[in-house]
Amino acid sequence: MKLAYWMYAGPAHIGTLRVASSFRNVHAIMHAPLGDDYFNVMRSTSERERDFTPVTASVVDRHVLARGSQEKVINNISRKDEEQHPDLIVLTPTCTSSILQEDLQNFVDRASLSSESDVILADVNYHRVNELQAADRTLEQIIRFHLDRARKRSTLDRSVTIVPSANIIGIFTLGFHNQHDCRELKRLPGESGISVNQVIPEGGYLKYLKDLPRAWFNIVPYREVGLMAATFLEREYGMPYISITPMGISNTADFIGQIEKLVNVWAFALSDKRLNYKLYIDNQTKFVSQAAWFSKSIDCQNLAGKEAVVFGDATHAASITKILVKEMGIRVSCSGTYCKHDAERFSEQVQGLCDKVIVTEDHTEVGDTIARIEPSAIFGTQMERHIGKRIDIPCGVISSPVHIQNSPLGYRPFLGYEGTNQIADLIYNSFNLGMEDHLSDVFGGHDTKEVSNKSLSTDRKDINWTPEAESELNKIPGFVRGRARKNTEVFAKQNDISKITIDVTYAAKEKSSL
Amino acid sequence: MKTLEIPTFECETGNYHTFCPISCVAWLYQKIEDSSFLVVGTKTRGYFLQNAPGVMIFAEPRYAMAESEEGDISAQLNDQKELERIRLQIRDDRNPSVIIWIGTCTTEIIKMDLEGIAPKLEKQLGIPIVVARANGLDHAFTQGEDTALAATTHRCPEYNPRMTTRREGYEDKLVVVDIDQSNEFIEEKGKLNRCGSVLFGSLPASVASQPNLESKRQSVSVSGWLPSQKYSELPALGEGVYVCGVNPFLSRTATTSMRRRKCQLVGAPFPIGPDGTRAWIEKICSVFDVKPDGLEERENQIWKILSDYLEVVAGKSVFFMGDNLLEISIARFLIRCGMVVYEVGIPYMDRRYQAAELLLLQHTCKKMKKPMPRIVEKPDNYSQVQRMHELQPDLAITGMAHANPLEARDIDTKWSVEFTFAQIHGFVNARDALELVTRPLRRRSDSNLGCRSLSKQAVDI
Repeated sequence: MKLAYWMYAGPAHIGTLRVASSFRNVHAIMHAPLGDDYFNVMRSTSERERDFTPVTASVVDRHVLARGSQEKVINNISRKDEEQHPDLIVLTPTCTSSILQEDLQNFVDRASLSSESDVILADVNYHRVNELQAADRTLEQIIRFHLDRARKRSTLDRSVTIVPSANIIGIFTLGFHNQHDCRELKRLPGESGISVNQVIPEGGYLKYLKDLPRAWFNIVPYREVGLMAATFLEREYGMPYISITPMGISNTADFIGQIEKLVNVWAFALSDKRLNYKLYIDNQTKFVSQAAWFSKSIDCQNLAGKEAVVFGDATHAASITKILVKEMGIRVSCSGTYCKHDAERFSEQVQGLCDKVIVTEDHTEVGDTIARIEPSAIFGTQMERHIGKRIDIPCGVISSPVHIQNSPLGYRPFLGYEGTNQIADLIYNSFNLGMEDHLSDVFGGHDTKEVSNKSLSTDRKDINWTPEAESELNKIPGFVRGRARKNTEVFAKQNDISKITIDVTYAAKEKSSL
Repeated sequence: MKTLEIPTFECETGNYHTFCPISCVAWLYQKIEDSSFLVVGTKTRGYFLQNAPGVMIFAEPRYAMAESEEGDISAQLNDQKELERIRLQIRDDRNPSVIIWIGTCTTEIIKMDLEGIAPKLEKQLGIPIVVARANGLDHAFTQGEDTALAATTHRCPEYNPRMTTRREGYEDKLVVVDIDQSNEFIEEKGKLNRCGSVLFGSLPASVASQPNLESKRQSVSVSGWLPSQKYSELPALGEGVYVCGVNPFLSRTATTSMRRRKCQLVGAPFPIGPDGTRAWIEKICSVFDVKPDGLEERENQIWKILSDYLEVVAGKSVFFMGDNLLEISIARFLIRCGMVVYEVGIPYMDRRYQAAELLLLQHTCKKMKKPMPRIVEKPDNYSQVQRMHELQPDLAITGMAHANPLEARDIDTKWSVEFTFAQIHGFVNARDALELVTRPLRRRSDSNLGCRSLSKQAVDI
C-alpha cells in the first residue's frame, strides 16, 4: 500500500474513456461500481462539453459480487446498441473488474453476436498501466481492429493520396491545449501544400479508419499517446512517422525538416517536384514567430541566467526545458517528468540542458525539490502551481493534469509558430517583471511579510530562531531572504548550534559568500 | 390521510450518475477538525477525490489515500502490516485525535477485514480508528456521511441522566453544550433536562448554531451534535436521549442510534425551507411537550423576505434527476414556493426515516393544489433525459455530468451537488436555498443572445 494525496496520471480506464469518447459515435461501457463514472463530470466540466459523454456504467453492485455479472453486461451492451446505434462499443474494465476477474471477453463475444455495433474489450490492465499508457494502447487497439477487418474484407484502399498528406495521431479529449494544437498542426504542413488525411481520435469516424494508410506519413505530436498506433502502422503498412514535437522554434524547424525529408522520398517517384522548406522556416522563424526576436530584445536580457524548475509529462517538460535553455537563456536547475515509463527517453532529451533530472510520481518529492532549489519560476502542472503559491514562486502551467483554466476559449496552441509566441508570453509573464524586480532590490524590498517555512516535508527538525535574529533576517530583501535563512540554518547545524541568535546569523554570513 | 393522493414509488434500473460515497470525506474532514481520513482503495477512488471535490485537495487536507497495489490485492502483502505502516506515517504527519478509515469497493471485494484490524491497531497506538464502509457497491454520494456517522455513533460516550454535563457559564449563550470532563458537572432541574436531545448530521458550524438558536427559543436545548466540531466532544447517547436528524440521507445513523444506543428517534420533516424548519421544530417541541411559540409568525416573516424570489419561481416546473437524497425535502419546499415538480429521482428512499417528510410533501401538494410528483428510486438517466425532452421542464436539478449537455439543449439546470455544500438549513438559509434554485432562471431572463439550442445533436444522450 502507498500513502498518496495526489496523482499526476489517472487510472487506466480514464485513458481508454478519453480515447473512446473522442471518436464520434463510439460508446464506452464501464464495468464499475456506482460513482465511478466521474469521467463524465470531468469531461462535461473541464472541457465544457455540450454533448452527453458517451460513457455509461454497467453497475457492479452486491448482486454482481455474489453471482457475477451474468447477463447484466450483455444486456447493457445490447441496450446501448438499440438506443443509440453506436459504430463501436468499448467495454472498459476498471480496477473493480480486474479484481473480480470476470471473463469480460466472453461477454464481448456473446454481445457482438446479437448487436449491430462492433464490440471490443479494451485491452488494458489496471495494475500495469496508467491513464496515458492505456490511452495509447486503446487507440492502437481500435485502429488495429478496423484495419485488420478492412484487410480481411478487402475494403482496404492502399493507394497513397495524390498530393502529399499526413495523419495526425493523438489529439483527444482532456488533453492539454489539444484542440488549439490541432488547429496549428493542420496549418503548419498545410501552408506548404501538405494536406491532412485524418485526425484521430478527436472527432474521427471509425468508418474512415480504413483510409488511414492512404496518407504518406503520420504525425505523432505527443509522445504519450499515439506512438503505439504509429509504430503499428509503420510495421504493418510501411508508413513512416514523425515523433518530433513541434514545440519551440528549433523543434518546429526540425519537425518541418523531417516532413521535407519524408515527402521528398515519395515526391521523387510521384512527381518531379521536390520540396524545400528552408525559406519557409527562415521566414516563419524570423517574422511570423515573435519568439526569436523576443529573446533577442533587451527585455529578455533580464531573464538571462535566472533559475527555473520544469515538471510535467515527458513531451511538454522536455520541450519547455529545451526552449528555456536554448532559446531564452534561462538556467533550468531541475527538469522532471511523471511519465516513469518513458524515463529513459526523457533523460536523454534533457541531457546537458539541466543540472538535475527527476522522474517521480510523488508530488511531495517535486515540492521538496522546488523548495530546496528556490527557483525564480516554476513551469509545471496544476500541482506545481499550488506548490508555487505556497512558497511564493510564480508558476506557468505547461502540462496536464488539467483544470478548467487549461481549456481556454481563446486560441492558445503550444505547438507550431503561433505556439512559440504563446509560450514566450507564458514564460515572460511567469517571471517577476524585470524593472519591478530591480526596484525592489534597490529599495530593499517593499514586502514586510514574514518568511514562512519553505520546506514541504513534515519530518524536518526545526531550529529555533530568537525573535531578534528573526527580525534581523527580515531586514534582508525578500528575494534572498530564504537563502540567507537556509545558509544560517546549515551553518548552525554544522556547528551544532540549536538556537540561532543575532551573533550566529552574522557568523554564518561571514562564512558564506552572501 | 385517505383524502390525499398516495405517493407512488417507481424503481428503475439504477443506471444513474452520482458521486461515489467516499466524497463525504471532502466535507467531513472540515467538519471534524481533529480527524484524519484514510481512504483505503485503488487509484480510481483517489483520482475521483482529486477531481470531483476539486481544488480542496491543494489546501493540505487531512485526508489521504492508502492506495492498494497489486501485492495487496493478491494478498502477497499483509493488510494489517501495511495499514500499520501507513497509520504511523499519518500520525507523524498530522497527529489527529481520530483516524477514520473509509472502506471502498476494493476492500469489500477482496474482503479486507478493516473492522477486525482497526481495534488491534487502535490498541497498539492509542489513536481511535473508526471504520466506515462507504462504497459504491451499496451506497450513493451523501450516504457516505451516513455510514461514517453511524460508525461514529458507537464511539459516543454513554448518557447518564444525572450527570448531564454542562459547560459553566454557557447556559444562556447560543452554543452547543459540550461534553467536557474538565468542567464542573451541574445538575439541572426541570423535565426537559432529564432528557438529552442530540441532533445528527454534519452542518457547517454557522448553520448548526441556527437550529440550536431556534430550539432554544422554544426552550428546548440541544445537548449535542453528531458529529461535533471535535472528535473529543462527541455527544453522549443512551436511553432517554432523543435524537433527530437534520438531513434526509441519515437513515443508517438513525437506526444505529435507536437500536444500538437505545435513543429515541424524533421522526420529523427536515429543516429545509421555512415550512420544513417550522414542521421540524414543532415536531421536536411536541416530543418535549412544549407549546411552540411564535413559529407561525416566524415562518410568515421568512416567506415575506422571499417574495422577490417567489415571483421568479411561481408556476415554473422542476425535474429532479436525483443523486444526493435531498430531493424529497427540496421538492417539498419548491412546491410550497409555487413550483410544479414533475419527477423526483432519488437514489434510495427510506420510507420510514422519511415518513414525516413524505407526509408533509403530500400535505403541501394538497395545500398548493399541485399534483403529487412521481418519485423514482434508482432512476435511469437515459430514460430520464428522454422524459425531460418530452416534458421540457423549466429547470432540471442534476449532476455535473448532465448539466452542460442539458443547458446546450435549452433546459436550464441547477447543479445538484451545490445543495450538499451550500447552507440551506433553517429559517435563515431559506433565501440561500432559493438563491440557488433561481440563479439559472434569473440568468435566463437577463440574457438575450437569442441562442436557444446550442447543440448539434438531436435528443440523444
